[in-house]
Amino acid sequence: MFTNPAKKWFILPAAVFLVAVIALAGCPGTTGGEDGLSGSFSIIGSNTVTPLSSVWAEEFMKVNPGVSIAVSGPGSGAGIASLINGTTDICQASRLIKQKEIEQAQANGVEPYEIQVATDALSVVVNPSNPVSELTIVQLSAIYTNQITNWKEVGGNDAPIVVISRDTNSGTHVFFKEHVVQMASLPSEDTSLEYGSKVLFLPSTKEGVDEVARNTNAIFYPGLGYVTGAVKPLAIKATADTPGVLPSVETALDGSYPIARPLLFYTNGEPASAIKAFIDYCLSAEGQAKVSEVGYVPLP
Amino acid sequence: MLGQQVTVATAEAGPDKGLRRRWRLGEKFIEGWIFLAGLLAIVVLLGIIALLLKEGLPIFLDTPPWEFFFGTKWYPVSEPPTFGIMPFFVSTLWVTLVATAISVPVGVACATYLAEVAPDKVRETVKPIIELLAGIPSVVMGFIGLMLLSPLVQSTFNLNTGLCGLSAGIMLALMSLPIIVSVSEDALRAVPDQFRQASYALGATRWETIIHVSIPAALSGITAAVMLGVGRAIGETMTVLMVAGGALATPVSPTEPMMPMTAAIASGIGNAVRGGLQYQALFAIGLVLFILTLAVNVIADRVLERQRRKFAR
Repeated sequence: MFTNPAKKWFILPAAVFLVAVIALAGCPGTTGGEDGLSGSFSIIGSNTVTPLSSVWAEEFMKVNPGVSIAVSGPGSGAGIASLINGTTDICQASRLIKQKEIEQAQANGVEPYEIQVATDALSVVVNPSNPVSELTIVQLSAIYTNQITNWKEVGGNDAPIVVISRDTNSGTHVFFKEHVVQMASLPSEDTSLEYGSKVLFLPSTKEGVDEVARNTNAIFYPGLGYVTGAVKPLAIKATADTPGVLPSVETALDGSYPIARPLLFYTNGEPASAIKAFIDYCLSAEGQAKVSEVGYVPLP
Repeated sequence: MLGQQVTVATAEAGPDKGLRRRWRLGEKFIEGWIFLAGLLAIVVLLGIIALLLKEGLPIFLDTPPWEFFFGTKWYPVSEPPTFGIMPFFVSTLWVTLVATAISVPVGVACATYLAEVAPDKVRETVKPIIELLAGIPSVVMGFIGLMLLSPLVQSTFNLNTGLCGLSAGIMLALMSLPIIVSVSEDALRAVPDQFRQASYALGATRWETIIHVSIPAALSGITAAVMLGVGRAIGETMTVLMVAGGALATPVSPTEPMMPMTAAIASGIGNAVRGGLQYQALFAIGLVLFILTLAVNVIADRVLERQRRKFAR
């Protein structure tokens, strides 16, 4: 349709050139500075941890120009799968690795090594025009299993609830399922509960926050770092009698916020060389200062 | 050419004999290269089929085929996991139906205008522009759907959320439009002019000529165009992943959030451990999708071939 016969001579050299470029790009990173650290590694995993590791990676690369770090955030499950398949050096996760995944990793000759790098207060957000300002875990569970489908049942307007979740790639999806939908740590815990079939599964946290900002009847659960002025975080009550607690650095640190969770790095065995230097930086006072800047909770 | 005396004016060229040998070698090399490239396409296709079968079929050892195809529950990360792809299959049908219902009337009308009514100058300007629409990356179409279309759909149809099959279908219609217009227009232009002349000679108006002569004569080509557009809509991933909403319920109307098969694969594959059950289930969905698009494309190809033979000159 678009081929211009006059340009045909160009195709072969162009193809050869492309192949050459791809072949060169595939080569491992060249060793950099004479005295400083060098090498390249990748961080794959949680969408929640991504804003934080991106800042860390940028700062670290500024100080160590010989190091190149690639960060991507398809989700904790995807990151752990990459770790098991040997396609990433560091896996970032917003949930603990499962026993089954450890077994799969060991079967592949990978020894997962866990490092907690920060804490997150998992926030539940609604549109700012929504009058509802607090919910109990039991109510949230009922909303996410589609047992409560109208806002008036929890003290809001007479409007259907648009329930938004992350997809199964997400560690937040799994954490929220275990701790809120199935109510782990409550007497009413029920591990047979699943997300309801009317729940919208979105491919990124950003997309969910955007939809809540646009849609007056939507509810979603982003990490604290994704909460902006365009959405309203809800106060969470562990049970009907306890006071509602808003997510914040303080309430996560003192343990009063009921759905706080660790943010983790997993490596294959104890980290060494450039990766060790990077993780040491993340855990240093300087690195932990960045945690609060991004909106998460630094380690005590 | 090889037997002739080759004279070269440039300074860096060697003696004639060496140059000729190099020519011959170069030609051999290029011939081999082209042959390999041709072979590669076939090898890749067979490889894809083999891979889909090898990775996808083992799921039926765990989940019986009827449960897999007609099950309505998809919980891949639960213990024990359940894999039922009915909601995805129905979602794909809804989204494709919406896309086809919009793109076919608009596309065929546009092609008819370009082929039968528009002056040459208009056609030469408009057709390449419509074809450029095919070049817009699907993720950009996803953004447009997310930011512009979904709020509009939500307020127009008074829905709970604009992220639904309808929005995705409209975006897919825009994406398959260029294929439908381009191929239909080619088909209409392939109808010999004598047909139209004869129609006019019998006193038919231009409208009657288009409806009763041109379109019926080009019908097989237009059908092929529609099938190609449908194939595009079935296989499109990024846009539906972003816009369709991704709910797991089996949708009973296109205005519900839904997750077509392509979106299910894309949103699950990153999480799947190689060789695990979810991995196998996703490959099996891929196999279903592959068979579906292959069938659509084979039909389109057959119909197009018939059109070509009809007007072979």
